[in-house]
Amino acid sequence: MRSKVVLRRLFRNPQARYGIIAFVLLVALAYIGPYFGSYEWTEKDFMAFLSPPDADHWWGTTSIGQDMYAITLRGMQKSIVIGVLVALIATGLAAVVGAFAGYFGGWLDRVLMWGVDLLLVLPSFLILAIVSPRLRDGSWIWFVVLLAAFTWMITSRVVRSMTISLREREYVQAAVYMGIPRWKIIFRHIVPNLSSLLIIDATLNVSGAVVGEAALSFFGFGIQPPDVSLGTLIAEGSRNATGYPWLFAFPAGMLVLLVLSVNLIGDGLRDALDPGSNS
Amino acid sequence: MSILEVTDLTVTFPGGVQAVRGVSYGVERGEVLGIVGESGSGKSVTSLAIMGLLPRGAQVSGSVKLHGRELLGMDEDEIVKVRGKSISMIFQDPLSAFTPVYTIGDQIAEAVRVHQKMAKDKAAKRAVELLDLVGIPNPNLRAKAFPHEFSGGMRQRAMIAMAIANDPDLLICDEPTTALDVTIQAQVLEVLKTAQQETGAGIVMITHDLGVIAGMADRVLVMYAGRPVEQGPVDDIYYRPRMPYTMGLLASIPRIDGEEGSLVPIEGNPPSPSALPPGCPFAPRCPMKVDMCDDEEPPLTPFGSGRHVACIRSHEIEHKGLTGADVFPVPVIPPSDVVRVPRAERATVLRLDDMIRHYPLMKGAVFKRRVGTVYAVDGISFDIAEGETLALVGESGCGKTTTLQQIMQLAPPQGGRVVVLGKDSAKLDKAARKALRRDLQIVFQDPMAALDPRMPVGDIIAEPLRAHGRKDVRARVSELLELVGLSPEHAERYPQQFSGGQRQRIGIARALALEPKLLVLDEPVSALDVSIQAGVINLLEELKNTLGLSYLFVAHDLAVVRHLADRVAVMYLGRIAEIGTVENVYDHPAHPYTQALLSAIPLPDPEMERTRKRILLEGDLPSPADPPSGCRFRTRCPKFARLSEAERQRCVDEEPSVARLGNAVDHGAACHYAEEIEVITASDDQEEK
Repeated sequence: MRSKVVLRRLFRNPQARYGIIAFVLLVALAYIGPYFGSYEWTEKDFMAFLSPPDADHWWGTTSIGQDMYAITLRGMQKSIVIGVLVALIATGLAAVVGAFAGYFGGWLDRVLMWGVDLLLVLPSFLILAIVSPRLRDGSWIWFVVLLAAFTWMITSRVVRSMTISLREREYVQAAVYMGIPRWKIIFRHIVPNLSSLLIIDATLNVSGAVVGEAALSFFGFGIQPPDVSLGTLIAEGSRNATGYPWLFAFPAGMLVLLVLSVNLIGDGLRDALDPGSNS
Repeated sequence: MSILEVTDLTVTFPGGVQAVRGVSYGVERGEVLGIVGESGSGKSVTSLAIMGLLPRGAQVSGSVKLHGRELLGMDEDEIVKVRGKSISMIFQDPLSAFTPVYTIGDQIAEAVRVHQKMAKDKAAKRAVELLDLVGIPNPNLRAKAFPHEFSGGMRQRAMIAMAIANDPDLLICDEPTTALDVTIQAQVLEVLKTAQQETGAGIVMITHDLGVIAGMADRVLVMYAGRPVEQGPVDDIYYRPRMPYTMGLLASIPRIDGEEGSLVPIEGNPPSPSALPPGCPFAPRCPMKVDMCDDEEPPLTPFGSGRHVACIRSHEIEHKGLTGADVFPVPVIPPSDVVRVPRAERATVLRLDDMIRHYPLMKGAVFKRRVGTVYAVDGISFDIAEGETLALVGESGCGKTTTLQQIMQLAPPQGGRVVVLGKDSAKLDKAARKALRRDLQIVFQDPMAALDPRMPVGDIIAEPLRAHGRKDVRARVSELLELVGLSPEHAERYPQQFSGGQRQRIGIARALALEPKLLVLDEPVSALDVSIQAGVINLLEELKNTLGLSYLFVAHDLAVVRHLADRVAVMYLGRIAEIGTVENVYDHPAHPYTQALLSAIPLPDPEMERTRKRILLEGDLPSPADPPSGCRFRTRCPKFARLSEAERQRCVDEEPSVARLGNAVDHGAACHYAEEIEVITASDDQEEK
């Protein structure tokens, strides 16, 4: 019943509708768009270095003659997957760890929160430096997991403290007295009531992951040249943003659009889940 | 001449919501005007408008004259001189009305010095005098205490002291006793009367409790949907109401001296101030409605001497001499089959034997050490037979909720036994415990907090069904919604789209989903308005009879208990003081605490309120961490005070246990010197001897 009601409310919400349409269009652009361009992302046009957008190179070229249109879309394919997955994993982990720690309390709470504190205290690049040589040849999934592993801690502390106040609510008590298992109570009554926080956190994490991924590639990790992602493109393009704006504007613009569409979906989902809003 | 003259006061909040729509009244010197109404009727907003305390966005029109001086539109500088000097206000929640970081004495002295030129030491002395006046023991010492060191009742007394500090002409009391227990309420009302005699002020008393108004007020103003619908002397309103809403309100209150039988509910809900019906706002709920009622809102017209009524059929009511019970349809509740079997032959659904629940008191941040024990529940025993309602009553802090939680958890108690449907909770394994939960369900006090706000109602009711593996969930949900008087289409809405009474019905539907045998009701109607409350009480009674349920009913409202319960157990500080059938306990209470409790309850009957003598208890409930030795009630016991030295020794040394009283079949009291007296019905012979 709940999922049906929430879905109906979600599709009735104009914000969410536009967000979903925009997101679908972006995904389509990233995966179908390359077939319409006249260049492959691996091709280099030695006749045109750093040329501004024109009829041949729609979005201009880079300093080594790569077609911006082709590589931006190639980067977007990676970034959409990475951004969305990292956000889902990080927020999901934060919700589960925080809610379990807060709901059960006692030793489980202490152990989980020690773990969180430890991850917060240890500098993440130190751990990455240790781990990365072993995973260098691993798939990009490892990379997503590592990115997520360093973004969830603060949210999970917030979730934990909110759970502690929710735990005493009468409807949670009522569920206990009905004989519903504890883990089910957490997923059915506690997490949905934290959804506003979690959704905002997840949408913020999407853009965080896309940009953060570029920083990680500095360690020789993640997306390696010649392969590209929106993050690496933005990092490179920002150096020449004033002189050759197309190097920066197109990847950054795509990121903005991506994050905007995810935000719209998030807002719509929050309104759909929150019976207090009438939109 | 009247002190306060309010004429045609209206308050409009941003967005065009008219909270108050034309209120007019006057208050004379030394007069008490009672304003009654349900939540959302605009009674509090009216008083805030008079004090000029509404938020900026609110538009106030009309006129408020204090001694002929217009208060509306007065400069902030000017009105500050009036507030607290000529008009003072007493709020509902005494804790938030004091600043936690200053002592009570300082805050009262400050109130004095703001309006009077007085030296600091003199003001401090005056503060102590005032505290003494409102009956705070050791006022010299207590003036130096901080607000959190005062109990709720004491804080409300201090609030009264502060309000009368500058000899105001008018006191506005906004639900002054709603947050307090009955025995404390009786004390505070007594103080309020003293304060009035001392200052000769007029009082505007705002409350939803018709009993309190009956005892205090000279004149009454009944409000509905932002307008007064009836106004007049207290006796006229109570004995000869001429507006169907007032009639319904009076008929819907359960009475502590009342007859058995179903209550008279007012159907429907009060209208929302943003969507008022076209004609009379009460018309949609009124059983006397005629087509003319929808044409226009009836004005408040003079009716007889000194009273006003806003109803086009008031003369007809007068002529025919109708009462609430005549006008409002009285629901017929089918009798129960189970009760025909004598109690001794019925199965026992719940039995508590000497159950104990203590909490450790811990101190220290890093190394916690035990510094004491809270004796929350200290050995209580009772049993509930099939088809029976046992009410557990007592003031806050007496251990009712702890008892209830211990039963619901189905965990082994710290001491004693809890036996539910013949199964000892200490001997249950996990599967048996879950199976037993089917038969034991709970309805909570606050209908908003008890329902997950993020779940549609259908899911809320389906939750226990799914948890216990029922298949026909959808059909059963519709059936349950209809059973509690809601429609099956409501399943897809969220709880907050319902009113308080409807939410409580949803809570009841959820509790009934698994067809339990024992239902635990934790103050199920205390958060509801009177007119809604009657409907829920009737529903509970009907369900009990038709489904053969047994109830454990926890409440502090003794009038509701009298109505719903078969047997009653009175708790005091974690022990049972008195237990027995409702008739025995209410008509012949034997324990001094029960007697005080019953005599403290205000009756919605001005005549009886005036003649009644109250047994006032001294002081507050002792801390359950440090209960008195022997009989726990002896520190406040009026009987103990009258005993001789030798007799007292027994109360100090020996803790009384519940003993059966002489000739009664089902009546016991835990008092060494139990003596049955009548507290409620008789009026003259109940003086304290």
